[in-house]
Amino acid sequence: MAAPSSYKDRNFLAVIGDEDTVTGLLLAGIGHVTTGANATRNFLVVDPKIEIEKIEKAFDEMTSRKDIGILLINQHVAERIRYKIDMYTAAFPAVLEIPSKDHPYDPEKDSVLKRVKKLFGE
Amino acid sequence: MSGAGNREAVFPTRQSLGIMKAKLKGAETGHSLLKRKSEALTKRFRDITRRIDEAKRKMGRVMQIAAFSLAEVTYATGGQIGYQVQESVKAARFRIRSKQENVSGVQLPAFESYITEENNDFGLTGLGRGGQQVQKCRDVYGKAVETLVELASLQVGILVTAFVILDDVIKIVNRRVAAIEHVIIPRTENTIKYINSELDELDREEFYRLKKVKNNKKKALDEAEAERAKLKEQESEQEGEKLTISGSDEPADILADEEEKDVIF
Repeated sequence: MAAPSSYKDRNFLAVIGDEDTVTGLLLAGIGHVTTGANATRNFLVVDPKIEIEKIEKAFDEMTSRKDIGILLINQHVAERIRYKIDMYTAAFPAVLEIPSKDHPYDPEKDSVLKRVKKLFGE
Repeated sequence: MSGAGNREAVFPTRQSLGIMKAKLKGAETGHSLLKRKSEALTKRFRDITRRIDEAKRKMGRVMQIAAFSLAEVTYATGGQIGYQVQESVKAARFRIRSKQENVSGVQLPAFESYITEENNDFGLTGLGRGGQQVQKCRDVYGKAVETLVELASLQVGILVTAFVILDDVIKIVNRRVAAIEHVIIPRTENTIKYINSELDELDREEFYRLKKVKNNKKKALDEAEAERAKLKEQESEQEGEKLTISGSDEPADILADEEEKDVIF
């Protein structure tokens, strides 16, 4: 069970996705940028040319941040770092796979659903 | 059934047989109850899984609508606004709060979305063209994000629920079911068998003993009878002898007609 300190201060959402998804979500107002020495952004635009290492780094960074409650990630991006998401077991931040404009959502690929099914031995 | 060694250490008496029978009955009842409980939990879990599945499908539709509205924006503003949007982001307007909900005794974390109205980073976006579309797009995406937050809530809920149910209940229940099925019931059955066989053995022994006793008694009786018969025979023989003896010199009858000599004074 999550201790209170592990989720109390999580106020933001984060997003890793293609440009359209990120733009839309930013328009909705989830974007948060801190300035200063260690400036952070809570979003990453994944264009087709981006290296996998960069996505992995962003994923690690966002999942280790203490102020993010939900990490939204496009499913086709999640596919590229699937092993990392399969290994990610913490409850916070919650990793949520979302569809993108070009890639409809496929429940069969969802790590969380897969893990839950595995837990129950199906 | 694994051999006669696997049984409880009890004395084979009728009383412990009764206790064992009650125990077996209790174990069987408990087994069926626990089995039903584990089935019910699994069913509840399937319900949650189905709900999350439905929610995710709904999310697909919502995101599609949102994407369409963004396309409208792109069309109206006449170019990509992505870069401009990304650069003008400062502070999050749309935020979430984490709280705990108590769902049937399990503390589930949940998210709640709220909007801080004071900051608006996109005041200038679409100022030239398509401002209305931008506004609409913001609303649509706002709603979409709300759905996403709800879904994330549900997902965190299901994960925690799954863990809690799995760890605390299903595993234990299943372990107990298996223990009752494979250890307690066979052992109790073995014990009952053992007691029964011992009791039967005792019964047979008792029967044999009684038979023996009866035999002995009969023998004794027969012997006594024979003895008595013998005695009787002897007696009767003796009596016959006596009779013959008495026949030879029986006491003289005074009135017998034997001439007595006159008594002369």
